[in-house]
Amino acid sequence: MESTAHAFKANVDHALADPNLQDSLAKLKVGFSERRRQAAERLPEFEALRDRARDIKNHTLAHLDFYLEEFERKVIGLGGHVHWAPTAADARRIIAELCQSVNARTVAKSKSMVAEEIALNEHLEALGIAPIETDLGEYIIQLRNEPPSHIIAPAVHLTKDQVADTFLEHHAKLGFDKRLTERNDLVAEARYVLRQKFLDADVGLTGANFLVAETGSSMLVTNEGNADLSNTLPRMHIVLASIEKVIPTLEDAAVLLRVLARSATGQESSAYTTLNTGPKKREDLDGPEQYHVVLLDNGRSSVLGTEMQDILRCIRCGACMNHCPVYGAVGGHAYGWVYPGPMGAVLTPQLVGVEEASNLPNASTFCGRCESVCPVRIPLPKLMRHWREREFEKHLTPKAVRQGLAMWSFAARRPALYRKLTAMANRVLALFGRADGRYRALPLASGWTRFRDFPAPQPGGTFHARWAKRKA
Amino acid sequence: MSTSPSKPPARPRRVALFVTCLVDLFRPSVGFAAVKLLEDAGCTVDVPPAQVCCGQPAYNTGDRATTRAIAAQVIDAFEGYDAVVAPSGSCGGMLSHHYPGLFDDDPAMKARAQNLADRSYELIAFLVDVLGVRDVAARYDGRVTYHDSCSGLRELGVKAQPRNLLGSVKGLELREMKTPEVCCGFGGTFCVKYPEISNAMVGEKSADIASTGADTLLAGDLGCLMNMAGKLQREGSAIRVRHVAEVLAGMGDLPAIGEPERS
Repeated sequence: MESTAHAFKANVDHALADPNLQDSLAKLKVGFSERRRQAAERLPEFEALRDRARDIKNHTLAHLDFYLEEFERKVIGLGGHVHWAPTAADARRIIAELCQSVNARTVAKSKSMVAEEIALNEHLEALGIAPIETDLGEYIIQLRNEPPSHIIAPAVHLTKDQVADTFLEHHAKLGFDKRLTERNDLVAEARYVLRQKFLDADVGLTGANFLVAETGSSMLVTNEGNADLSNTLPRMHIVLASIEKVIPTLEDAAVLLRVLARSATGQESSAYTTLNTGPKKREDLDGPEQYHVVLLDNGRSSVLGTEMQDILRCIRCGACMNHCPVYGAVGGHAYGWVYPGPMGAVLTPQLVGVEEASNLPNASTFCGRCESVCPVRIPLPKLMRHWREREFEKHLTPKAVRQGLAMWSFAARRPALYRKLTAMANRVLALFGRADGRYRALPLASGWTRFRDFPAPQPGGTFHARWAKRKA
Repeated sequence: MSTSPSKPPARPRRVALFVTCLVDLFRPSVGFAAVKLLEDAGCTVDVPPAQVCCGQPAYNTGDRATTRAIAAQVIDAFEGYDAVVAPSGSCGGMLSHHYPGLFDDDPAMKARAQNLADRSYELIAFLVDVLGVRDVAARYDGRVTYHDSCSGLRELGVKAQPRNLLGSVKGLELREMKTPEVCCGFGGTFCVKYPEISNAMVGEKSADIASTGADTLLAGDLGCLMNMAGKLQREGSAIRVRHVAEVLAGMGDLPAIGEPERS
């Protein structure tokens, strides 16, 4: 997917002016956080599970090479294949070659953010292979030719009416020429249209929530069951997953699953949890003849051992964006690439470059709500601050900000000078603001006064000036 | 972010006030309210003159070198006091949660930073959790809603303390917002770097405030208060905005933030 993260500010203006998006976001903000809160409250050991989940991921990351090789050994033992993809281009090439090896015309895809990351659909289409999104949200945005705006609810930016219009536009030629208004009718129509596509698909491609090293299984959770049709009906099943998805054991998976669904949607567990363990065996009634796992690095291994390593714990639940007031104001598309919200603000600069994504880690108040709900306790504000530090070191911080900061810090490091300057500022601002108590406009502060009044200081001098008088 | 446990059992007597740069420049009455509350609770309050700012503007812009220099200045200025108290969760959190990490490569400074961190508190949490203050003698006739500022809430666990003390103020009725814990959109330099997003956030906050029917908004951080006051006043709201310490110290009759002096 082509990044527009550099155009963050323009994307924000666009998002704030989109009434449909603002409608959708208003629902998201209340719904997700309330359901997550209730789910966490219902489980007394939830906080302890978050600690365990964090520890499991930390342990795995500390021994990532070992568990990846263990996973590979197990998959090969089951009769499957593992393909190592250092870059996005490698992953695209490997998957295309696999599809071509079975003369695939269509690929049934269940939702995969990693497939978005490597822009797989565009690549397959260029080769004459039709990717068909089977997750309802992904299917909707595929019809609309839009990127996902959320990592677990890709079409969350759309209203029901927009979906109804999209279906009418694309399904009329299939005989569905009535505009639907009920949610269930829309789902039923999509289900009907998609069913034949599952049956026709030559290859099924899924992501993975976890890769279990001890068994060689890939694990997927969905609420729609589409992944199960994607991986059992076609002849070839390709799992596309990034390297940090591996975990040691099924026992570990149980811990992570318990925090994942609760953090994501407030469910105790997702409707479908599927383990894929190798290709169809002789005694199996169904399943793919070929089973391939494509392991994508795409810059992740370079994060290991750095101050950013904690982001590799992420299990993609979406809680950070569901609770982020900035995401809640502008939605996912404003972030300009695959991963939005706080986790995206940390991961995107890593994957597309901090020059391209310099705004993302800055567009945060550091309110800390993301960290307070993260199931694996990623210190997201701290990691965003690390990006700001790297930007400052690389002189990417905007010039006006740097100059302002330099002036401020010159004074702030000289208390006597600072006192004189603040006494002056206090006097001037208090004098001219005396009549109203506030300013509707102030030179150099238009960022503030465009939307808010600016309070004038209390008359009578700064605190330090008044304290000195009191003590004298 | 974890909640810091209640610290020394011994009753700290010699307290230094970390005024904060915003209180110093814009609303000295918050500082005097803090002094009064601390003195009423039996403390001797000092205001070290070499203090300026906690360093957050530099810290949150990624300028670590300047942050360290300012932190070192604060560490020097506040040496030797039993406790360092700020009428702000944001500045208090900076001292108590972020300073030690600035000196990971300098064990001597790190130890001094940790020592300061262990003695640093947000004002209201200090009064309640450390000094054991249960009530105040103030009166405030009004319907009040309280905004939980982010750093105080999530770094320092300031949630029940201000509500408990407000419960002892005569004439005061507390009305909760639907989402008192959601950020107001201030975020230090965020509010001028991303004014449109900040405006959307504070607009939502002001709607939540208004829906409570309160006539007064309180919080423990002047930055958030100036942001919310500015938005409410731009919208033409009559809701008055004050720092919680002012009301607790019986200084709730001063002109509110952004209001002119009465002549």
